[in-house]
Amino acid sequence: MKSISVPYAKLNVKGGGVMPAKIKVANPNRCIGCYSCMLACSRANADSVSLIDSAIDIRTSGGIESGIGIIVCRSCIDPPCARACPTGALAPRNGGGVVLNKNLCDSCGVCADACLPRAIHFDRADMPVICIHCGVCARFCSHDVLEIRKTEVL
Amino acid sequence: MWSNVLYIDLETGEHHTRDRHDLFDKYLGGTGVATQLLLEECPPGIDALSPGNPIIFSIGPLTTIFPCVSKVVSMFKSPMTGELGESHAGGRLAMAMRFAGYDSIVIKGRAAKPTYLSIHDDEVKLKDATSIWNLSSVEVTGKILREVEPGKGRRSIMRIGKAGVNQVRYANVNVDTYRHFGRLGLGAVFGSKNLKAIVISGTEEVELPDMSAYKKMYSKLYEEVVDTEVMDKYHDLGTAANINVLNQLKGLPTKNLKQSHFENAESISGEYFADNLLLRKIACSNCPIGCIHIAMLKTPFQKGHEFEVSHISYDYELIYSLGTNLGITMGEDVLRLIDRCEQYGLDIMSTGGVLAWATEMYERDLITPPDTLGISLRWGDTDNYLKIIDRIVDMPNKFYKALAKGTAVAAAEYGGKEFALNLGRLEIAGYHTGPASIVGQIVGVRHSHLDNGGYSIDQKASSQQLNEEQMVDKLIYEDYWRMINNSLVCCLFARGVYGEQNMIDALECVGIKKTRDDLEAIGKEIFLAKYAFKEREGFDMDNISVPARFFETVSQLGMLKEDTVKNMLKLYRKKTGI
Ligand code: SF4
Ligand code: SF4
Ligand code: SF4
Ligand code: SF4
Repeated sequence: MKSISVPYAKLNVKGGGVMPAKIKVANPNRCIGCYSCMLACSRANADSVSLIDSAIDIRTSGGIESGIGIIVCRSCIDPPCARACPTGALAPRNGGGVVLNKNLCDSCGVCADACLPRAIHFDRADMPVICIHCGVCARFCSHDVLEIRKTEVL
Repeated sequence: MWSNVLYIDLETGEHHTRDRHDLFDKYLGGTGVATQLLLEECPPGIDALSPGNPIIFSIGPLTTIFPCVSKVVSMFKSPMTGELGESHAGGRLAMAMRFAGYDSIVIKGRAAKPTYLSIHDDEVKLKDATSIWNLSSVEVTGKILREVEPGKGRRSIMRIGKAGVNQVRYANVNVDTYRHFGRLGLGAVFGSKNLKAIVISGTEEVELPDMSAYKKMYSKLYEEVVDTEVMDKYHDLGTAANINVLNQLKGLPTKNLKQSHFENAESISGEYFADNLLLRKIACSNCPIGCIHIAMLKTPFQKGHEFEVSHISYDYELIYSLGTNLGITMGEDVLRLIDRCEQYGLDIMSTGGVLAWATEMYERDLITPPDTLGISLRWGDTDNYLKIIDRIVDMPNKFYKALAKGTAVAAAEYGGKEFALNLGRLEIAGYHTGPASIVGQIVGVRHSHLDNGGYSIDQKASSQQLNEEQMVDKLIYEDYWRMINNSLVCCLFARGVYGEQNMIDALECVGIKKTRDDLEAIGKEIFLAKYAFKEREGFDMDNISVPARFFETVSQLGMLKEDTVKNMLKLYRKKTGI
């Protein structure tokens, strides 16, 4: 199995701004449905043990026998979620994806509808959970399903 | 935190939650708490299939918080043994309970009509299951409930099949298609309560006192799980790797333990399954290992390449009980038998034991075609075994009714006790490794072969020259510490990771401070509480007869002597004070 020591720290630039990396679902068919990635995302980014606080979403469709779906931000360069947001709470992020300004968010849900992969959902406080492309989930995926990749910095 | 118990009464439809920190503070969770709840809720001496028998589920303080802490304990009075029934299951159930906010669930009474339970966060409902009550297949039941219940994608669904509905004493409860509460007959208890299924999901989040210490500890444990060799075996071939290993060592029960090695082991070995039949591996929630091996079986049913395809999970114990123990020579045939049992929701180890005993009875003309309704029982005859399994579930006559109650009951009626391979009325696990395995199953502190890993103590005995007393000491150590593992409800495959110090440190991260001695004392206390229940319900070690067959077939440690087992039991009693 894969070692935990993926050199991700360099890529993890906290606090917005230029984030020269993006999460990539590299090998979806290798997923074993362990939820380690989801728990890692909420642990790292929401300081909680939770599924609902995770920006990556692992789910079965029609039972465990029918395979496992992986839903995470596809880092759109021209993000429809941001375009749809009526308050400007979501702004395009350098390298793809979006950055959320919670202070501006109305919890209206328009962004979630605009994202076809359904990579946005709402937490218990009714705030959208948005992937910041930090790569922690990839670090805790033991089956090389997820990768953190450098992007062209704009 | 960690002490919320949901009580549900199927008779009145009422439910409420209670904070039982009195129990959780003292006994951590899992097996420790469930034992106390069982002592509280189960009236002495009741019939296991009467409404008075409670069903208890419990998770622990580390559930879903640390990797591989992924199991749920269920407790009930067992209709197989008439005493302590304890069974553990993985899948998504533990995580679903955690995020629904329930650390234990206690189900009492009997519903007037077929019912299923729908539990989503605070919403707890009894729903009508009349239309699915007679569905024979656990798979179809799951499919139907998925359509009508919320929590899509991450809920857990427990359900029984026709075996549970008909109260076959060793019916199991299927969890999320590939996992089970197996062995001691929880499925029959569900059936007796008119309870077809339980769906559970939740959206809670857990916050811990010191997040940074927690994150560090998580990474440490995760690294030990994936980066060291401790768990390699489970990830690679899985437990099925044991087939070839035990076969070489002469520890593999074969044809009702007439032999301890199997001439055809190669074509039903873990290697054979992995190379020819393995489709993929999946994991219990929060376990990065993925030890659940799923095989694909293609069965042609018509010309023109028409195939029926089924996905079947396999493990060592299943291949032993429906494979070697029945003289089945091909992996594909083992899968057909596993699949049939799975569809009905039968415990596979007991089913295999029952079939093996019946085959030997038939071989000796102690049962005859009028008993079996014309079906002959022969080693390796998969087609006929499938027919027998159907009849065990349907129980068309006295003989099949007896088979549905297990080997001990059937042998009391039809004879062949000396080769009815049960210990304390439960069919044996797949290890003829030596005396520690036998003693481990007799003392039966938990449920089956994972009581205390007696088989691995036998293996150590051969390499380290352990004497009887040293073996007993090791059994007792395992018994006490597994009480702790089982109260946190770590996966026992990860027991190499969750050693004493890691348990202490992990507990500290969730605000529970215990020393090594504290934990050992708690382990011992839980052990004694279980024995209190067992003895209350009539368990008596002296009354457990060991079938002569154990001493007639060479084991991994050579020929075994009855006196060794007796002496070890005596030492065990003396040292534990039971
Ligand atoms: S959230 Fe959806 S729409 Fe927005 S950038 Fe990500 S994938 Fe694109
Ligand atoms: S929910 Fe918030 S981020 Fe999403 S569209 Fe509405 S205001 Fe914008
Ligand atoms: S990249 Fe970071 S924020 Fe995005 S899903 Fe993974 S862990 Fe969560
Ligand atoms: S950690 Fe990897 S294998 Fe596990 S659920 Fe996530 S993507 Fe799948």
